[in-house]
Amino acid sequence: MRIGVVTFPGSLDDSSALRAIRLAGGEAVPLFHASDDLKEVQAVVLPGGFSYGDYLRCGAISRFAPIMESIIVAAEHGFPVLGICNGFQILTESHLLPGALIRNQDLHFICTDQPVTVENTNTPWTRGYTQGQRIVIPIKNGEGSYQASAETLAELEGEGRVVLRYADKNPNGSQNNIAGITNARGNVVGVMPHPEQAIESLTGPSEDGLIFFSSILQSLVAR
Amino acid sequence: MALDTVSVAQSTPDNKQPWRELGLKEDEYQSIREILGRRPTSSELAMYSVMWSEHCSYKSSKIHLKQFGEKAVKSDALLVGIGENAGVVDIGQGYAITFKIESHNHPSFVEPYQGAATGVGGIVRDILTMGARPIAVMDPLRFGLADAPDTRRVLPGIVAGVGGYGNCLGLPNIGGEVVFDETYAGNPLVNALCVGVMKHSDIKLATAHGTGNLVVLFGAKTGGDGIGGVSVLASETFADGKSAKRPAVQVGDPFAEKVLIECSLEIFAEDLVVGIQDLGGAGLSCATSELASGGSGGMDIQLEKVPLRDPSLSPEEILMSESQERMCAIIEPSKLARFMQICKKWDVTATVIGEVTSGDRLNITWNGELIVDVPPRTVAHDGPVYNRPMARPAYLDGLTPISIPLPQTPAEIKDAILKLVASPNIADKSWVTDQYDRYVRGDSVLSQPEDSGMIRIDEQSHLGVAISTDANARWSYLDPYEGVKLALLESCRNIAVGGAKPLAITNCLNFGSPEDPGVMWQFAETVRGLADIALEMGLPVTGGNVSFYNQTGSVAILPTPVIGVLGVIQDVRTRTKVGLPKAGLDIYQLGTTDANFSGSEWAYLHGQIGDSAPRADVDHETRLVNLLLEGQPLFESAHDLSDGGFAAAITEVTLKHNIGATIEFVGDIAAELFAQTPGRAIISLEPHNAAALKALAEKHGIAINRLGQSGGDVLTINGAHIPLDELRKAHTETLPKLFG
Repeated sequence: MRIGVVTFPGSLDDSSALRAIRLAGGEAVPLFHASDDLKEVQAVVLPGGFSYGDYLRCGAISRFAPIMESIIVAAEHGFPVLGICNGFQILTESHLLPGALIRNQDLHFICTDQPVTVENTNTPWTRGYTQGQRIVIPIKNGEGSYQASAETLAELEGEGRVVLRYADKNPNGSQNNIAGITNARGNVVGVMPHPEQAIESLTGPSEDGLIFFSSILQSLVAR
Repeated sequence: MALDTVSVAQSTPDNKQPWRELGLKEDEYQSIREILGRRPTSSELAMYSVMWSEHCSYKSSKIHLKQFGEKAVKSDALLVGIGENAGVVDIGQGYAITFKIESHNHPSFVEPYQGAATGVGGIVRDILTMGARPIAVMDPLRFGLADAPDTRRVLPGIVAGVGGYGNCLGLPNIGGEVVFDETYAGNPLVNALCVGVMKHSDIKLATAHGTGNLVVLFGAKTGGDGIGGVSVLASETFADGKSAKRPAVQVGDPFAEKVLIECSLEIFAEDLVVGIQDLGGAGLSCATSELASGGSGGMDIQLEKVPLRDPSLSPEEILMSESQERMCAIIEPSKLARFMQICKKWDVTATVIGEVTSGDRLNITWNGELIVDVPPRTVAHDGPVYNRPMARPAYLDGLTPISIPLPQTPAEIKDAILKLVASPNIADKSWVTDQYDRYVRGDSVLSQPEDSGMIRIDEQSHLGVAISTDANARWSYLDPYEGVKLALLESCRNIAVGGAKPLAITNCLNFGSPEDPGVMWQFAETVRGLADIALEMGLPVTGGNVSFYNQTGSVAILPTPVIGVLGVIQDVRTRTKVGLPKAGLDIYQLGTTDANFSGSEWAYLHGQIGDSAPRADVDHETRLVNLLLEGQPLFESAHDLSDGGFAAAITEVTLKHNIGATIEFVGDIAAELFAQTPGRAIISLEPHNAAALKALAEKHGIAINRLGQSGGDVLTINGAHIPLDELRKAHTETLPKLFG
């Protein structure tokens, strides 16, 4: 199972995403933003970081990278895509996911071990969790507050497309405590918390995040 | 203004020059004239003024720092020592670690966000320049009183700057310090440490060898920011009525640095450079003169080829600019094409600006006209050296013993503990550290608030390194010779409680004005103490940084030598953490307590400092470190006892996983709780391991004392009951309340 991880200029969690795929048992394939070649990967992760220094808006410039043209076309045909943090921001800028991520309510960068609940286990990235499962995954971002129109929120909630929700305390002012969502088809998922930083108890707050990566491998086998 | 060329300088020897405005003293200006046999051109004057500044030339400290050479430890681990951009040590398995601390104090007072941000950027480039991948940062910070209005301006900006830059580079921030004291008002200390890893064969040095090799400037374009940062800002005290000097602060772009790191590492991996130097303090003046001085020949530079952000910059300004995110490499002509290809891949601007020559001069031209013609060594290394007057300061004769009513009853004990753990210096620092990414790169084994930061180096072998930075400036104030020794011993202890073995030292020596004989004495005593203890401990000093002029008017900061110790751990999976993991564990103190409150946080809380620092007992501390290392398999948790004494430590130990403890002291309760006697630690273990601990303690000659057991949701000490919720509230509310 070949899973790609895209490195944009300023990507930071690309190496951790590659490691997470390896630990889950997949073949991790580095992809570079400047090429439109997906190297026959079967799914792709857009990792966290500050691509292009967050200039203009987070994710706004990366959205135009050659690799994104290939990913956008593939995603529209059901290709699995996971955007983590800056990757989520790139997905909203690409209009693969609705809404936008704005600055955290208290205007600070926040790095903390965040409890979240898994609300949708039907996506290829979350099928290994149980519905309503509470997991602890780090958040680390300055612009993680999810905002969307009332209409979009109603649609997301109505169709069960909220994937992760902040438990206990809302850290950043996200509407409806939203920490992650999926598209109507369910193949594109964006999350602000970093599952790739919760894959070993030695270096993370838990190993809860690894299931994102084992889930996609199981999904690909099941196809 | 007409170009001031070498020939113009020769024909107009009596032209008045602004040497004083550039921070030079009259005799320094005269020696430049003697070296050159004429008056310097304005460009030469600009170069000498920045390179001969206190910050770059170490002119007041050099005479003392040479002790690190004279008392040098013979260490096989040391691969590159003092004098290069950063020291390099061998940690085994073919890996080498480079690490260093630098100060960015003055810029951070003038413009907190940019000052702190570029402080991180500068130290990261130093590490990169050695050929290493930067893997983590730490930030020892010091501020004026927590509730002072200016601290509210300075602290949030500095914290956001450290985070904004480091987070964007993808470097985990794994530790540091936040300390408040009134002497840092107007002189906040922003020290930044970076650690990097490489294979032995990848070490790069700042030398320009090989006639005909090309000098390539790559990275950001040069702008008008940071002009004279080292000479005007870092080498003068702040005085009322002077302008804010904001143009002298550099402006950082972490994204540019992130791509510069990836680009440089790819260039290093293909072995495309002969020598490399980053552009930090003193910018191009420093990089060109140091590269040429470190090499065998001379260098020709065509300054007009430097890519500019602001086309109106004069040659003098280009030479002095401290624009960030720039590097200078020496490259063989045959490798240029590949070098340029990699730069293009990362969208990094790279320009050939000159070449290495067979001569012995650094020649710089501006559109074909010679504006600099100097022996590079005279700029880079042969700056002035001062043996400044020193005198033991008078305040040392006016010190008085601590006199504070001691808590005795349970109610008094509870009240005293809650007050101490809520005081800004002891309070929980999450408000600060939660603004830093501690997870990125996925190798952070320990990070704040653990005693040290620990990073996994090899995923297969589990080899790792730990780093701690420490200072107790009040002990240094009471006795600078002992103070720095105690800081080093504390750092070693912090490394060892986590399970790593101390290996090497770096330092950042922050002091007031060297022109004050009392300050100079504090500095000299500190260097003597550090050189002595490094030798006694057998740990090499791999490099360091001196920051003088941290002084407003006649008020100097407390002498603040920040010591960083690097340790190695063979298997990071065996590391020990601070917090009690469960109920039913026995809690022990290792080492005994003296009733000396001098320099303690508890005394500070009562407005007192006392009269004598503890003596550094190297023999005891070495035995304790050995006990801590050998006892690791027994320990369920381990924590160093230092700032705030036992009271602060047990608070952190219990709150971590919300596991209470019942503690009973037999001796002087106030001393047991609040004295900061060095050479102690608190550990927990399963009761069935008690005999093994006792045997180990006897073997290493360390007194141990069983204090009680873990469990419940209350901290009970000699009958004083403190529910953990109440303790947590006191410990965690202070900083959010002060800084929002």
